[in-house]
Amino acid sequence: MLDLPAPPAFAEEALDVLVESRVPARADRLKLLRGSVRAAARMCGLDDSTAQSVVLAVDEACQNVVVHGYADRKAGEPEGEIVLTLARCAEGLLVRLRDFAPPVDAARIRPRDLADLRPGKLGTHFIREIMDAAAYRPAPQGRGNVLEMVKRKEPRP
Amino acid sequence: MTQPSAVPDTADVVQLSGSVDLEHSPGVRRRLLDAVEKARRLLIDLSEVTYIDSSGIACLVEALQTARSRNGDLALVAVSVQAMRVLELARLDMVFSIHEDLAAARAAQA
Repeated sequence: MLDLPAPPAFAEEALDVLVESRVPARADRLKLLRGSVRAAARMCGLDDSTAQSVVLAVDEACQNVVVHGYADRKAGEPEGEIVLTLARCAEGLLVRLRDFAPPVDAARIRPRDLADLRPGKLGTHFIREIMDAAAYRPAPQGRGNVLEMVKRKEPRP
Repeated sequence: MTQPSAVPDTADVVQLSGSVDLEHSPGVRRRLLDAVEKARRLLIDLSEVTYIDSSGIACLVEALQTARSRNGDLALVAVSVQAMRVLELARLDMVFSIHEDLAAARAAQA
């Protein structure tokens, strides 16, 4: 996905979960997640500048869920939710983003050509530039999507 | 957190502040496009922007394109460290005219 390698398949016991947040998939709730992403990134050994970049990448991934994932929700259906888990792993920070939207076709997620100056669709580019690994994982009970992303505390070798 | 605002402090300067994010970018977009309609030369002061995401960047790009389509001019002024980092990530730091402060921007547009 995104021309990034997939994160390692972590055993759950190898993860130190720092925080798990469940919020409605609304634009005005994403700021509630940004603060915890920055703090968790710092706890995982990332410097402040890198931590701020990770905040942007995670925010963009959450926006994709808000804007696209639940776009087809019909009136009367339950509001969509996002579950964000931030964990310390051997490499650095693991971000796990769960939603309950229709399955994403990961093959269709591509950053746009930056030479084409037009508004929008930059979020995927930001994720690719900032994160070191990313992949969709099978969702529990086959419901929704699970996106895992890793930011290493050390630069890529 | 500082509430975002986009209040022109002169006829051709728009000051953005706080978070220019998915929540606030629709309002920022309307204000920027309105300002572009009213001024042939527009300066956008980003000194007080603490956070900007792809939706905020899209507002700036659309305003730039609209200004150009009207044979106008648009530049960014006093770009905060956070906003500059995102502009660089988007490779837009070479697309926008960027000035250190208002005086430099006005001198360049004179």
